[in-house]
Amino acid sequence: MLYYILRRILMMIPTLFVISLLIFFIIELPSGDYISNQIAALKSTGEQSSIAKLEFLRKEFSLDRPFFERYLVWIGLWPGPHGLDGLIQGNWGWSFEFDKPVDQVVGPTLPLTIVLNFATILFVYVVSFPIGIYSATRQYSWGDYGFTFIGYIGLATPNFLLALILLYLFNLWFGLSVGGLMAPEYIDQPWSFDKAMSVLAHLVIPTIVIGTSGTAAMIRRLRANLLDELHKQYVTTGRAKGLKENQLLIKYPLRMAINPFIADIGNLIPSLVSGSVIVSVVMSLPTVGPVLLSALQSQDQFLSGFILLFVAMLTLIGMLISDLLLAVLDPRIRLGGRAAS
Amino acid sequence: MVNVLSIEGLTVDFNTAEGFVRAVDDVSFVVPENRTVALVGESGSGKTVISQTIMGLLPQAASITSGNVILADPTGAEPPVDIATLERKGPRMRHLRGNRIAIIFQEPMTSLSPLHTIGDQIGEAALLHRNVSGAQARELTREMLRLVQFPDPERALDTYPFELSGGLRQRAMIAMAMICRPALLIADEPTTALDVTIQADILKLIREVQAELRMSVLLITHDFGVVANMADEIAVIYHGRIMEKGTAQQLFSDPKHDYLKALLNAVPSFHMDRDERLVPIRPIILKSEDLTRNRPHCDVAPGEPLVQMRDVTKTFTLRKGSFLGGKAKTLTALDDINLTIRRGECLGLVGESGSGKTTAAKAILRAIGLQGGEILYNRGKGLEDIAALKGADLMDYRRRVQLIFQDPFSSLNPRMTINDILMEPFEVHGIGTPQERAERARSLMDLVGLDPRFLRRYPHSFSGGQRQRIGIARALALNPEFILCDEPTSALDVSVQAQILNLLQDLKRDLNLTYLFVSHNLAVVDYLADRIAVMCRGRLVEMGETRTVTGNPLHPYTKALLSAVPEPDLSAQLDFAALDAKRASEPQLWPEPFRLTDGMEPSLVEMEPDHFVCAPGLKNAGALEGTAA
Repeated sequence: MLYYILRRILMMIPTLFVISLLIFFIIELPSGDYISNQIAALKSTGEQSSIAKLEFLRKEFSLDRPFFERYLVWIGLWPGPHGLDGLIQGNWGWSFEFDKPVDQVVGPTLPLTIVLNFATILFVYVVSFPIGIYSATRQYSWGDYGFTFIGYIGLATPNFLLALILLYLFNLWFGLSVGGLMAPEYIDQPWSFDKAMSVLAHLVIPTIVIGTSGTAAMIRRLRANLLDELHKQYVTTGRAKGLKENQLLIKYPLRMAINPFIADIGNLIPSLVSGSVIVSVVMSLPTVGPVLLSALQSQDQFLSGFILLFVAMLTLIGMLISDLLLAVLDPRIRLGGRAAS
Repeated sequence: MVNVLSIEGLTVDFNTAEGFVRAVDDVSFVVPENRTVALVGESGSGKTVISQTIMGLLPQAASITSGNVILADPTGAEPPVDIATLERKGPRMRHLRGNRIAIIFQEPMTSLSPLHTIGDQIGEAALLHRNVSGAQARELTREMLRLVQFPDPERALDTYPFELSGGLRQRAMIAMAMICRPALLIADEPTTALDVTIQADILKLIREVQAELRMSVLLITHDFGVVANMADEIAVIYHGRIMEKGTAQQLFSDPKHDYLKALLNAVPSFHMDRDERLVPIRPIILKSEDLTRNRPHCDVAPGEPLVQMRDVTKTFTLRKGSFLGGKAKTLTALDDINLTIRRGECLGLVGESGSGKTTAAKAILRAIGLQGGEILYNRGKGLEDIAALKGADLMDYRRRVQLIFQDPFSSLNPRMTINDILMEPFEVHGIGTPQERAERARSLMDLVGLDPRFLRRYPHSFSGGQRQRIGIARALALNPEFILCDEPTSALDVSVQAQILNLLQDLKRDLNLTYLFVSHNLAVVDYLADRIAVMCRGRLVEMGETRTVTGNPLHPYTKALLSAVPEPDLSAQLDFAALDAKRASEPQLWPEPFRLTDGMEPSLVEMEPDHFVCAPGLKNAGALEGTAA
C-alpha cells in the first residue's frame, strides 16, 4: 500500500510536466504575445521611449527566444537572463497586464478559490447523497418525482440567473451585502473571527449556485447506480440473513454504488473552476476564475499559464485522493493482483 | 415425526400491468424434520416464488391470497408461526430469516458482496440473531468454515469472495446459512452453476451438514439427477400447481402423472441405447426440404478428416502480480492439442470450466491467435492451414464454419428483430437479393420449428429455448458444413434441452453436418456424440468412441468426471464416500503412468484400439504412440 501511494505521487511529476508543456503550447497558439501586441499598438502612435522599455521587457522575460527555450525558462530548467529562475525555483512569473509578479496578483485569490471549491464539493456530496438514496429506495414515489423535478430545474437554470435571484433574496431576508466573498468593511483587513464568519455567510450563495447543477447530475447518477445494485442477488442474501432494511442498504448496495462518485472527486475540480467563471464575474467573487478570463483575453501568458497549472495541480491531487480512497474502499482494486492466481 | 414446514393451500398472486397473475395455485406440502424434500419444476413453474414466500422475500407486487405457511421449530425454541400472516419487513419475520430458516442461492458469485470479507458476511447472521460479541462471532464463523471443509478456515475469514473459486464460494454460502443452526434450509438450485465434480462435493456437503445439525432441507431444482441423489420426498410443480408428490421411491419407480413421466423421459442418461431418442415435452416439427435441396455439395467424403488441430498451444497472460510490476503470470489454455474431427461425425469435447474447451473452439473459429501449432481445414482441396487464409478464402471459411452460443439471452441483439438477425449473415457475405434473403429467413424459421410470422418480433418475446433455436437458425443461415456448439443447452431446462438436442441431431442427419459439441455435461455428450475427447487443464487426456470412453474410462480424470455425474435413477446413486475433492483435476497428483508435471509433453497413447489416453509413463515404456487420429 505504501509503495502504491509513493508510486502514485512520483507519477504525478511527469504528468505535471506534460500538462505544463501542453498549457504553454496552447497559450502561445495565438500569434504574438502581450508585449509584441503592445509594441504594435505603440508603433502606430510612435512612442519610441515606451517601445524601448517594452523591448527590454521582451529580453527580460526571454520572449525573443525559441519556443522550447521559452518553455524551459518558464518552468526553470534553462538559464534565463537571471540564471535558473522559474516555477521550480518558486518564481511564478510576471503579469504584464497588472504589472506585478503573478504571486501578488493571484496570491489573495488562491486560498479563497480552494475554500470555495472545497465547500462546493462538500455541498454537492452532502446534498446529493441523501436525496439520491431516498429517490432510489422509494422509486416512483411522490418524493422521487419531486426531487427529479427540482433536479431538472437545477440542471436547466443558467447559473448566473440563479445567482442574481439568490443574491436578491438573501439581501432581502438576511441583509447580506451583495457580491464578494465578505462584507465590504473586512476587505484588506487582517483576519479575525468576524471576518471569517462574514466569509462563511458569503460562501453560501456561490456554493449553492455553483454546486446546483453538479448536485442535480449526481442525484440522477446515484439513483441510477443504486437502483442497479438494489436488485442484485447479494442484497437478497443480506435480507435473507435478517438484516434491517437500513443496515442492509448502507452496508451492501451503497458501498457498491459510491465507487463512481469517489472516482469523480478529481474530475469535479476543473469543471467547477471553469464553470464558475461567469458566476464569479456576476457576483464579483475574488477567485481565480475572473483573473483567468482577463489574462486569457489579453494574452497575459505567464498569469494564465500559472492559473491553468494551478487548476491542473488541484485536479491531480483530487485524482490522487480518489484513487487512494478507492483502494481503501474496494478490495478488488487493492488486492487485484492477489486474485489473479 | 414433526413437520418443520407445512404449507397448506398456498396461493400467491402477482399484481402486474396486465392484471393479476397467479404464480402459485393452491399448493400444499410438508417438510418433515431431518428430511430432504425436493421441489421439482421447470423455470417459471413457481418454485422460486414458494421459496420467497417461506423466506418472506416476496417482491412488492406479490401477495399471498390464501393459505398457511407454518414453521414449527423442532427444538421448541420458538412457538409454531404462520409466515403467511407476518409482515414481510417486520421484526418477527426478520427474527426468523437467517435464524430459523436460511437459504442458499444458485449463483455463488453474485450472492456474496464483493466488498466484504467472507468472515464478515458469514459472522453477520450470528451477530444479528445469536447475541454474541464480535470475537465470538468470529470464532463461530471459523467453526462453520471448518464444518463446510474450507482448507484453511483461519485464513479464509479474511479473504474476499473474488479470491475464491465457485465451489468455495458456495461452501461459504452454506456456512453463512448454517451459522444460526436453522431448522429449515432452502437450497434454491444450489449446484446448477457449478461443474459436475464440484456439484457432487457440494451435494455431499449438504448431506453431511444436514446429518450433523439435524435440519430439514427444501431442495429446489430442475435436475432429476440431483433429486435422485438427495431427496427423501418429491413434489413436482408445473404452472404453480403441484402435479404429483410422494416419496422418492414411489415417484421414480412408478410415476403417475403424465407430466412427471414426460419430464423423466426428457433427461438423457448413460443407460440409453444408441438409437434411443429423448422425448421432449413439447416436440417441434421440422420442415427442412427447402434447405436440403439448396445445399452445396460437400467435397469431403464422410469419415475423412475435416478439421485437424496439430500441436496447438495457446497461453494467456494474466495481469501482473503487484503494483510494482513483477513477473507476469501466464496460463496455458491449450497445451499441445492434437485433435481430428472427421466429416459427418459429432465430436464431444468434455471438461470442467477452465479446462480449455471453449478456447479450443475459438481457436478453430480463428477468433484468437495461437502461440504454436496449426489448425487445418479441408475445403475439398486437401487440408489447409486456416491461419494462412486471406480475403475471399477467409470469407469462404467463415461461411463454412459457424458457432452456436451458450447463452441464448446475450447472444441475440435485443434491438434487432428476428428477421434482421437471420438476414445479417447474408448481408455480411453479400448473398442473394432482398427477396431471396427474406425467403431464406422464412425457411430457416421452418427449419427450427418456429412460425415464420414471429420474424417481426424482438428476442425478448421468446423463451430461452426459442431463442436458442433462433441462434441455431442463424448458424445455419449460410449453409455451413461444420458447427461448433459451445454448451448450447447448459442454460436451458431439461425439457427444453431434450428439444434442442433432438433438433441438433435431426439437423445433423438431414443437412450432413459435422459438429464439435463442447459441454461439461457428460450425459448430454454421451447422448449426442460419436466420439468423445476429454480435456483437463488445457490438455487432452482421453479420446475414443463415446461408448468406449463412458463405458470403460481409463484416465483417472475421466473416471472422476463420470463418477460425479448424478443419474436420475435411484439404483445408480452417487458414491459420496468415494469422491475425493479436486485431486482428480490436478495433473501432478495423477497416479503413474498418467502423472503429468510442468513442461512434460502431454502425448496420447493408444491403450486400446482407437482409444487414446494421455499417459506419458506408458509412452516411455515403449507402447504404441498415438497419432491422435
